[in-house]
Amino acid sequence: MSMTAKAMARTTVFGVCAALIWVAFLWGAAASASAAPLAVKEIAPGVFVHQGRYETFTPRNAGDTSNAGFIIGRDGVAVIDTGGSPRVGARLLEAIRARTQLPIKYVINTHMHPDHVFGNVAFLGEHPVFVGHYKLPRALAARAEHYLTVNKGLLGDAAFKGTRIIPPTLLVKDKMDLDLGDRTLVLEARKTAHTDNDLTVFDKKTRTLFLGDILFSKHIPALDGSIRGWLALLDQLKSRTDVARVVPGHGPPSMAWPEALEPERRYLAKVADDVRKLIKQGRTMSEATKVAGLSEKDAWVLFKEYHARNVSAAFAELEWE
Amino acid sequence: MQVSALSQKPLFALVAVAVMTLASAAARADDPWPDIHRDVFDNRPILENDGTITLQAPYRAEDAAIVPLTMRIPARVAKDVKSLTLVIDKNPAPVAATFHFGDAAGAGERMLTTRVRINTYSNVRAVIETADGKLHMATKFVKASGGCSAPVGKDVDEALADLGKMKIRTFEGTAAQTPGMREAQVMIHHPNFTGMQMDQITREYTPAQFVQELKVKRGGELIFSMDGGISISENPSFRFTYAPGSDETLEVWAKDTDGNVFKATSAGKAS
Repeated sequence: MSMTAKAMARTTVFGVCAALIWVAFLWGAAASASAAPLAVKEIAPGVFVHQGRYETFTPRNAGDTSNAGFIIGRDGVAVIDTGGSPRVGARLLEAIRARTQLPIKYVINTHMHPDHVFGNVAFLGEHPVFVGHYKLPRALAARAEHYLTVNKGLLGDAAFKGTRIIPPTLLVKDKMDLDLGDRTLVLEARKTAHTDNDLTVFDKKTRTLFLGDILFSKHIPALDGSIRGWLALLDQLKSRTDVARVVPGHGPPSMAWPEALEPERRYLAKVADDVRKLIKQGRTMSEATKVAGLSEKDAWVLFKEYHARNVSAAFAELEWE
Repeated sequence: MQVSALSQKPLFALVAVAVMTLASAAARADDPWPDIHRDVFDNRPILENDGTITLQAPYRAEDAAIVPLTMRIPARVAKDVKSLTLVIDKNPAPVAATFHFGDAAGAGERMLTTRVRINTYSNVRAVIETADGKLHMATKFVKASGGCSAPVGKDVDEALADLGKMKIRTFEGTAAQTPGMREAQVMIHHPNFTGMQMDQITREYTPAQFVQELKVKRGGELIFSMDGGISISENPSFRFTYAPGSDETLEVWAKDTDGNVFKATSAGKAS
């Protein structure tokens, strides 16, 4: 091939890439022009949940990749997680305002991950109290710069626009009741499991338990805390008999209790077992990421994106046993 | 919009070429390596990929807080290697660690594995200096991946508990090609705080606190020593080959930036 032909071929490839980027840009612009309320389902009286997509952040999904919910009481509303961008947060606010004009008293974050907290900024104008695990501010502070830089790239400028980290000011050290008038929410700060700042929310009135990312369904679990802590917490939780239904951080809006926990428990136990065996055999972390837990491959969406990472984290933790 | 595809294509191509040119110019201006080469290696010539050192790193960092790196030096070179410097171009402090090898590292194939934090897409380099004063380098590009994968530890309080607790493991088989070489792993319980994490409650930065010096000996002879920085992962881990000797006891001595000294021997006694 002559140099000219090569150069032309290259130019054509650039042209195609540029065209694709342009189409993606138009798509993003079109998406941000609408402030359509998020689709939510009323899973129990006064309890609403939006189901996020089983995807990682892209400009196209604009950060709509996790579950977000709200509970309407006599005196006000509590929001539980706000989605992965100011856009998703604004659309969640629209969904709330389509149902009630009561003040938003609380915005509760179940943990630090961007897909659950980046929408907080959309609620600033409502002047709620932001609530989280007592370790959440520190966890966000340590990661803020990284979260903002990396996710700006993943979400694209249109969806990322306006993103700020809004840390909680009301901190839960152990257990705390929030009063919405005719209903009480019981917040519990958990020991390190999915992350070191997991918080659960229980609506006593409907016996609905919001687990945040302590529970994944279909979407592969993502380990960013302690695999031993997570398995121990699942064991502790499953004996609860006061729960009617559960809301996962990723998965269907409402799931049956306690069987909803089982696939995740199986996955984590398999990873832990395999990793322990490999450590005993003197294998390395890199080797473990290629072989541990592969029997779970077909049971989960986004396996390729998270599994090796889960194995690395489990390895670093379990080699201290 | 009614624009024919034919008239659009050249325009896109032109824009794309312009963007690519700008991007590569920006990438050059953005490349920290020339400065690192000057500041750390005094602009001395470096032989690249000449087979004296290999670096194994994941192309995609699964977890930016714990990226495993493995360096190998073949036997014909190993006996002459004085030091190994690990560089992560785009980290805030690019020199992750410098290792100096002693006699107990042996003359067989040498292997060293550790885990590092990688802040962003970056070149990672292992540079060795041989006894003749020459520098040799292996380079790998690593992409930090995932919106949740931040280069900080997972559980700060857990890492602070049992500060300096150590674990020494020895392995039956060895990764080295040279028969008779030994292999061991040293793990130190330590958060290796980077000093860049703000505590939002006190509005103060958590001061940097990390393992700064490490010495590993076999039977009183030095295998390697390390001068470390904040790029070494929480709970620092080193897996390495060494030569057998009449006394097989491994001794580890470490000191962090707060002046805490940690000691352990392979007999399992830590103090």
